Amino acid sequence: MTEVVLFVIFAAVALTGAVVMVTAKNPVYSAMGLLTTMFTMALFYILLDAHFLAVVQILVYAGAVMTLFLFVIMMIGVDKKEDTAETIPFQRGLTVVVGAGLAAVVIMAGRQAWVTGSTAFGAPDLNGTIETVSDALFGTWTVAFLSTVFLLTIAAVGTVALAMFGTPQLRDTKSEEAP
Amino acid sequence: MTVTIGWYMSLAAVLFAIGAAGVLTRRNALVMFMSVELMLNSVNLTFIAAAKELGLVEGQVAALFVMVVAAAEVTIGLAILVAVFRRRASANVDELSELKG
Repeated sequence: MTEVVLFVIFAAVALTGAVVMVTAKNPVYSAMGLLTTMFTMALFYILLDAHFLAVVQILVYAGAVMTLFLFVIMMIGVDKKEDTAETIPFQRGLTVVVGAGLAAVVIMAGRQAWVTGSTAFGAPDLNGTIETVSDALFGTWTVAFLSTVFLLTIAAVGTVALAMFGTPQLRDTKSEEAP
Repeated sequence: MTVTIGWYMSLAAVLFAIGAAGVLTRRNALVMFMSVELMLNSVNLTFIAAAKELGLVEGQVAALFVMVVAAAEVTIGLAILVAVFRRRASANVDELSELKG
């Protein structure tokens, strides 16, 4: 019963955060809504026995990614009004229809046993501590783990390259205006 | 009444749909990125719910890899956004239409 109460409360919080994120005019409010959803996600991970991933969720998402987002929001400026004029006719209405349809299809699929793979016999207990996760990560999935190293290196190099060589036009206009 | 795995998957489905609607309706590139993050997070919730249901730790490993990919995506995406902003002074994706035929 406790789990049901916890689930209902935090599912409501997560959905509220998501809706606030999509509808808020100010990007800072959007970031705060997403942050709320991230924190409740971490709680769901704990309820699902994924303790290590819950900590990673808070450290990586609520800590690093959201800080990066807020930093860029502050840098780019939040005072500009967003142009909400529709360039494609009926886009809003189509979005509601497509989103509701998507949710309905995925909810229906989630109830089928051939999608979830659940059996009537139940499953062995899973304790997602850092020990069990790293056993799988450095045992069976070592190659996949090592390829994420390449991925992150490429991302870091790409970011530096974008920052260094991304704006040739700006430099030209600045040098013309300066004298 | 207990919380079955279908509850978590339904919540993840609704969150995914909200994120998809955000990507489709918003014009601010930052908010679109946040919506993509929400979609990735809801998929993570599905992975972890399935891992619990099946008793396999591979679901949690997959969620960890999704987090790595999401971190790389955010880094590159925000760098592109800052580069575009320095050139155009706008975060509106509708204004980036130079390649339009």
